[in-house]
Amino acid sequence: MLSGDLEGDDLERYVEERVVTTKLKDLQNWARSNSIFPLTFGLACCAIEAPISIVTARYDLARFGAEALRASPRQADLIILSGRVSIKMAPVVRRLYDQMLEPKWAISMGACSSSGGMFSNYAVVQGADKFMPIDLHIPGCPPRPEAVLYGFTKLQRKIQGNPDPGWRQRYNAHGTEEWARGGPRSEPSDLELAAYEEARRAVEEPPSAEATRA
Amino acid sequence: MPDAPGLELIRGEIEVDHAGAVLATSFDREQAALIADPTRIVEVLSWLRDQPAHGYRFLSSLHVADYLPAEPRFGVHYELLNRERCERVRVKAMLADPGEEASPEIDSCVELFPTAQFQEREAFDFFGVVFRGNPDLTRILLPDDYVGWPQRRDFPVGGEPVTFTYSERARG
Repeated sequence: MLSGDLEGDDLERYVEERVVTTKLKDLQNWARSNSIFPLTFGLACCAIEAPISIVTARYDLARFGAEALRASPRQADLIILSGRVSIKMAPVVRRLYDQMLEPKWAISMGACSSSGGMFSNYAVVQGADKFMPIDLHIPGCPPRPEAVLYGFTKLQRKIQGNPDPGWRQRYNAHGTEEWARGGPRSEPSDLELAAYEEARRAVEEPPSAEATRA
Repeated sequence: MPDAPGLELIRGEIEVDHAGAVLATSFDREQAALIADPTRIVEVLSWLRDQPAHGYRFLSSLHVADYLPAEPRFGVHYELLNRERCERVRVKAMLADPGEEASPEIDSCVELFPTAQFQEREAFDFFGVVFRGNPDLTRILLPDDYVGWPQRRDFPVGGEPVTFTYSERARG
């Protein structure tokens, strides 16, 4: 189309139909939510449903842009805790989570990793959120692959900054969300920013000898 | 598995070579077991392994059970198998409860059956039974810094109550 082909209201309508204005942050989150790299990681029987079934042709996680399972936590955005976490495995899981790069998300899948499930005993951690932050819990024993996909779409909505209220709706606890208390997880709070700045200043300007002695 | 008379025959033969090493026999629900003196368990096992007429050369399982409140409390079970005849026999050694501080002890049979190495470690891991002579008696499944012997009957089960929808009123 050449300039001058449309004039006035026609031009306005043409632009309105074809151009979307948004904030860069929203665009970024939209891109992130649709290109998640889950970690190739299974803990127990739920692993049959989550990292294995949902990438197969029948359920096809590729529809949501997450078919690229990464074998290294350094390349992954999402860790799905698929199964019970034993007390011996918990430090390993925590380490994998710590090795993932920000922004990162964690799904606790199934009854066992959410609450210990039927393993209410000495060997199993009673809920994975005792040792790492969890973004989403998927109930079930094990959850159907459809439930995992449903949870996955809910995670996408959370990443886009529009999370479902979940249990907050039931308990009327709106306003307690992390993002409502100071931005989404991927953006550091003012306190974290100040601490980061201080740490960087300490690295860039080593304290003088007098200050160390004092 | 030998039948009841066969079990008594085995016991009689052991009695000739190692008098007093087998304390009793048990034949219950078609399961034959020799109840051995725990201090002489290696004698019994090596006799069963090395006698050509018996030749139970394969230790298919070694495990411990806690029979609390019965006394003696700990039962160390050896499941022996003769693979030529598909014949099994069970040897039990009952260990008394030594109290809170001490550990029940029995001689290791790693020299006879190398497969016992891991199984003795597992039994030690969960019941605290010390196998004297095991070359590397450390925890095998639980974390190395774990405190306690969790499969003992007087060990607390653990876990914690979880609030579900049906119980949220009661638990608050």
